[in-house]
Amino acid sequence: MWVWLHKFGSPKYFYNVSGKILPWVGGATVLLILVGLYLGLFASPADYQQRDSVRIMYIHVPSAWNSMFIYLVMAAAAAIGLIWNIKIADIAAAVSAPIGASFTFITLVTGSLWGKPMWGTWWEWDARLTSELILLFLYLGYIALQSAFEDRRTAARASAVLAIVGAVNVPIIYYSVQWWNTLHQPQSLGVGMSTIHASMLLPLLLMALGFKLLYVTLLLMRTRTEVLERERNSAWVQELAQALSGKSSSDQVRSSNEQR
Amino acid sequence: MSEAPGLFTALGVLIRRDLLLALRRRAQILNPLVFFVIVVTLFPLGLGPEPNLLQKLAPGVLWVAALLSAMLSLEAMFHSDFEDGSLEQLLLAPQPVFITVIAKVLTHWLLSGLPLLLLAPLLALWLHLSPDAIVVLLASLALGTPVLSLIGAIGVALTVGLRRGGVLLSLLVLPLYIPVLIMGAGAVDAAASGLAAGAHLSILGALLLLSLSLAPWAAGAALRISVE
Amino acid sequence: MSNGGAMPPSLEAVDIECERGERILFSGLSLSLRPGNLMLIEGPNGSGKTSLLRILCGLAQPSSGVVRWRGTDITQTRDQFRAELIYLGHNHGVKGDLTPYENLSIARDLACARQDITLDEALDAVGLAGFEDVPARTLSAGQRRRVALARLLVTEVRLWVLDEPFTALDTRGVTLVERMLAGHLAQGGMAAVSTHHPVAVAEVDIVRLELS
Repeated sequence: MWVWLHKFGSPKYFYNVSGKILPWVGGATVLLILVGLYLGLFASPADYQQRDSVRIMYIHVPSAWNSMFIYLVMAAAAAIGLIWNIKIADIAAAVSAPIGASFTFITLVTGSLWGKPMWGTWWEWDARLTSELILLFLYLGYIALQSAFEDRRTAARASAVLAIVGAVNVPIIYYSVQWWNTLHQPQSLGVGMSTIHASMLLPLLLMALGFKLLYVTLLLMRTRTEVLERERNSAWVQELAQALSGKSSSDQVRSSNEQR
Repeated sequence: MSEAPGLFTALGVLIRRDLLLALRRRAQILNPLVFFVIVVTLFPLGLGPEPNLLQKLAPGVLWVAALLSAMLSLEAMFHSDFEDGSLEQLLLAPQPVFITVIAKVLTHWLLSGLPLLLLAPLLALWLHLSPDAIVVLLASLALGTPVLSLIGAIGVALTVGLRRGGVLLSLLVLPLYIPVLIMGAGAVDAAASGLAAGAHLSILGALLLLSLSLAPWAAGAALRISVE
Repeated sequence: MSNGGAMPPSLEAVDIECERGERILFSGLSLSLRPGNLMLIEGPNGSGKTSLLRILCGLAQPSSGVVRWRGTDITQTRDQFRAELIYLGHNHGVKGDLTPYENLSIARDLACARQDITLDEALDAVGLAGFEDVPARTLSAGQRRRVALARLLVTEVRLWVLDEPFTALDTRGVTLVERMLAGHLAQGGMAAVSTHHPVAVAEVDIVRLELS
């Protein structure tokens, strides 16, 4: 495990391996989401109470699951980077934040869109939406702290502490908001998840899996870009750049070889 | 060779030091308290002096004001020590870093939380809160304000090295304050409407224990990172 | 505490590298200090003198390599190591709102105190007699540095790490620091000092380290 962690932690190794995995993960993502969308939007019945607006759920719920999940992954990656000083983990944590914030934002927007026909208002202080809003604040704080430092290593280490503190707080915030909500609104309105029909469950699960893989795809792509950016002065990235430019115009390579 | 002083001796020295420094800068202690009073005064002016309305809003208003004033005084916790190099000296003292953090948090609470506790009954009377609710307000502030100082210490420790850390600090710390706000204001609200506030208060107590056991370590780690 | 006596006091840095932003300040740097050694760190501005000293006392982490005190990595034995260390940086941590006496008293109470010298004697020795009870912010830069230097006299530690200790000092101040260094080294102490000035300390082992 230890050896593997350090081997995988080396930027070059990560870049090569992730390059091989990426097309497969990306393909699976597209497939799952397309099938899920078809089943959810066309093949499944409309809810007898919520009508067609129930279909927002196929985006809303997977996004909501992702938003929490990504925060925990981010905190775990940040902790690994902080404790064992592994660069890839630092990068993975840093690039996860904007992705997680986007999913949180999507959750809020779709929740609001769903709320209009259901509650008759664009915004309801419902427990789930409120905790998503606070989660968005946590993401924004993390991103702001990350970008406030000039030194990358300090930025990674400082924001790692924040992510860990945030991860301890996420469940506390979640349950206190839940409690606050039941006290202030006894007739709490939730998305009717308890009595879900099988024809709805399948597309929902497909979409959830698809969104998880979408996160993995985005994470790999962004981490790879960031690795190239940070390692741009290292030998292997230089070689890679030369090999790539060699494909487009072999003259450049020849001229640069002659210069040596 | 002589021995380094024990943990409690060091804690005492550090607290005495910070209180002495605060005594030399009295205005800095008073400002957040004046802020607290002014913010609470703004609400009747903005909402109208209707007693029922004020009574209804009082728990939330008092707690939000307490949150903001605690946050305003946070920056002083490490800032001047960072500027003049004292923070490096404190980090290099033989005591573990969490002793320094605990001393700082305790002084911050003595200078911001405790005075708030003394002022709160007066302001609660202005907002027509019932005597029972005022007792619960005091209990909730007594349990909740130390949590604000503890969580705040992490935020300041993370931002102390940054040039414009003030706004960022509020962005980091306020979301983490939300559970305290919910439980604190909830306790007073329950008492004001004649319900038992025991559950709220015990959760506040649990939050206090949790932050007491975790925050000093996190803030200590953050300080090391900021000073580097 | 027990293994403190077992291993003889020594400071060792092995193959350390320091990175600031994108630039590597130095790499593959190794050094060792034993009782009675004085290490002078020289080099132009921006060569990493301050960074090196901060790494040596554990305030900053090297991007690779290890610093050992009495044979153990200092990140493992932080509290013990710090009990035997004094660091004076550019900002020397003298509080302007406190008097020199109060500043010194707090510094002594937090460290391993020396029993054979009073605070007044120490302030007298660094030339601050008569200034004990005025706020330190009213003192000159040189006088404030002397308050920081007095810390070296009232504590009993093995290792002094001094970053440009001669800054803002007059010639008598410079001689004072040199005398203090000589006394410390003669008692089996060790010191790492960064400086632009030539240092006149007779009869000690001087290790010179040039950063470029």
